[in-house]
Amino acid sequence: MSTQGIEAGGTGNMPPTLMPEAGAEPLIAIRELKVHFDLGGGTAWDKLVGGSPVKRVVKAVDGVSIDIFPGETLGLVGESGCGKSTLGRAILRLTEPTSGQVLFRGENLALLSERRMRQYRRNLQMIFQDPYASLNPRMTVSQIIGEPLDTFGLARGREGEARIRELMETVGLSPRFIKRYPHEFSGGQRQRIGIARALAVDPDFIVADEPISALDVSIQAQIMNLMARLQRERNLTYLFISHDLRAIRHVSDRVAVMYLGKLVEIADARVVYDDPLMPYTKALISAVPLPDPELEATRQRIVLQGDVPSPINPPSGCRFHTRCPWAIQACKDVVPPLTEIRPNHFAACIRISPDQPDIEQVAPGDAPGLRNPGRIIAQ
Amino acid sequence: MSSQNGNLLSVKDLRTYFETEDGTVRAVDGISFDLERGETLGIVGESGSGKSVTNLSVMRLIPEPPGRIVSGEIIFHGQDILTLSPEEMRQIRGKQIGMIFQDPMTSLNPFMRISKQLMEITQLHLGYDKDQAYRHAIKMLDTVGIPDAEARVDSYPHEFSGGMRQRVMIAMALSCEPELLIADEPTTALDVTIQAQILELIKNLKRDTGTSVILITHDLGVVAGMSDHIIVMYAGKVFEQSPTRELFAQPGNPYTKGLLKSVPDPAHEHGRELYQIPGLPPDVAHLPPNQCPFAERCYRVEDICRREFPPFVKLNDEHFSLCHFAGEVYAQSRVESDAKTAGANRRVAGTEASTGGGTQR
Repeated sequence: MSTQGIEAGGTGNMPPTLMPEAGAEPLIAIRELKVHFDLGGGTAWDKLVGGSPVKRVVKAVDGVSIDIFPGETLGLVGESGCGKSTLGRAILRLTEPTSGQVLFRGENLALLSERRMRQYRRNLQMIFQDPYASLNPRMTVSQIIGEPLDTFGLARGREGEARIRELMETVGLSPRFIKRYPHEFSGGQRQRIGIARALAVDPDFIVADEPISALDVSIQAQIMNLMARLQRERNLTYLFISHDLRAIRHVSDRVAVMYLGKLVEIADARVVYDDPLMPYTKALISAVPLPDPELEATRQRIVLQGDVPSPINPPSGCRFHTRCPWAIQACKDVVPPLTEIRPNHFAACIRISPDQPDIEQVAPGDAPGLRNPGRIIAQ
Repeated sequence: MSSQNGNLLSVKDLRTYFETEDGTVRAVDGISFDLERGETLGIVGESGSGKSVTNLSVMRLIPEPPGRIVSGEIIFHGQDILTLSPEEMRQIRGKQIGMIFQDPMTSLNPFMRISKQLMEITQLHLGYDKDQAYRHAIKMLDTVGIPDAEARVDSYPHEFSGGMRQRVMIAMALSCEPELLIADEPTTALDVTIQAQILELIKNLKRDTGTSVILITHDLGVVAGMSDHIIVMYAGKVFEQSPTRELFAQPGNPYTKGLLKSVPDPAHEHGRELYQIPGLPPDVAHLPPNQCPFAERCYRVEDICRREFPPFVKLNDEHFSLCHFAGEVYAQSRVESDAKTAGANRRVAGTEASTGGGTQR
């Protein structure tokens, strides 16, 4: 059962949508996207000089299919090395995908020339994690925010400056600081500059890669609220990438969970947190420390054994089987497809199925997902 | 072991300043707290609040210059460690007080085998010979849950993952069975499933050995499940000090209340705006002395806050708050927590949204 891929149904260029309301067209449709990094090894030469005897490939993103709908915030969580940032970058072609499709309004971004892609970047912007490294220290705020206006010929001169001032006000920065340099600002203020730069071209879609992780707690709330307000006002669509599960829950409409290059669960944010199905998600959610001593005292935690395996030549079958408390032999052999276990709730685990969604209730050794997988959206 | 009951550590009016080009930074400015045997104390604060400098002061690891412990007492075991010679201090560090830092990679020597780094401690402090020390190193790795400890004890730090390295750090810190373990952001660099493992480990070790723990973190979730008492620091001062449960249920300081509410609540309703503390943390080098350092960001600010430094108000035997309106804030929290327990579905964050006034434009 290796090449089931996307369930048939779509005709022509557009694949079928993956959720939510019937009839809604996704803004971004990602299909079987792969980003592999070749580390070499395995050639006759390597054997000769004592290199790696096997070919080593980092499968950072390995066959991800997902839709992102207009106006929504899709939260993407996972631990370091799971490929979430690579996925975000591959959508914008900041990292070249190895194979698969990224459809933006029907156009496959993965196949565009550099030059055509540059035009599309007007619609697709990014906010970066490190507000220190992502702003040029030799440029003033005015130059930083003005650069995209210039590049796309949107506004120049006096008009340009008026736009820049307006953008600064929009993100809560005083336009008095227009001639200042990044080092004169705090981390939170720099993140506001980065947001203003992304907004300058009036994009539809923003990939926010760990936008609050470098900030203090009291500043994180400011940035999350700012992003939420901008979304309402400008009908923005976000892919919000973070390892902070509490923040993801707060900002997201839907949440997708990644583990070692694979999507393992997607559903509405509340559903993922209140009723996770896939064992990894269960463990992840239960590991989040809650700021409530009463709850903490009585909580049952699933403490996973061991570390996340290396994404270089990852485990066979279900990549989580090495740490999964419910793993059986079949988990080592079968790559679990991402399956619709409940309406609009997808999970990749052969030990559950639409008839038996609760892994605690499944008979020991049984893998109902192999008998009745239901609708499969991706391998 | 000295006196059996009472405090293991008593910090009294500690002041640690740094001389910089920008003026004197009062990183820690008049901090007092007690730590009982077997207790875990959480120190919470944002960057620049002075929580790490407090820890380094207790360890006598402040770089001098530019730093200087200006005044205060740090009584450990009935002895003021500020009066000890560097040599005497070295006897305490690593033996009676163990430390875990945020970044295990920079705290371990990358050129030295794990075994050697672990052996050094027991050879130095406990006078173990090589053989004893080696066996002890394996035992410690085993204790902190490193699988196949015997085979891995001779590895180098880079051969271990981040979570494993942090376990090695814990093994080092606990090698001499210290009476006090200071953990400065021990899980901040780790993934959440690994964080859960490490916190579980610290909890179990504490239960088994009776070590007192000071846990320094910016994460209110981490201290909620780990500590008995909490100190909230802001701008080098203790803003609030309380037993953990009471701090979360009934905070008596506007800053603490703001912090608690600005953390996304697991039971939150989607689409609701997060409470946010307006403005930025203050520049500690340029704090006006005669006002509350939090005044500019506070929802409860009045003229007096900008004229007078606030008093450290005793709310009950164990609960203190640095605020001109501590009593009122405390009482208000009581009303809110009663409303919450009375079954009103309004979460604390919601009831405060109207008084917060911190909505960003």
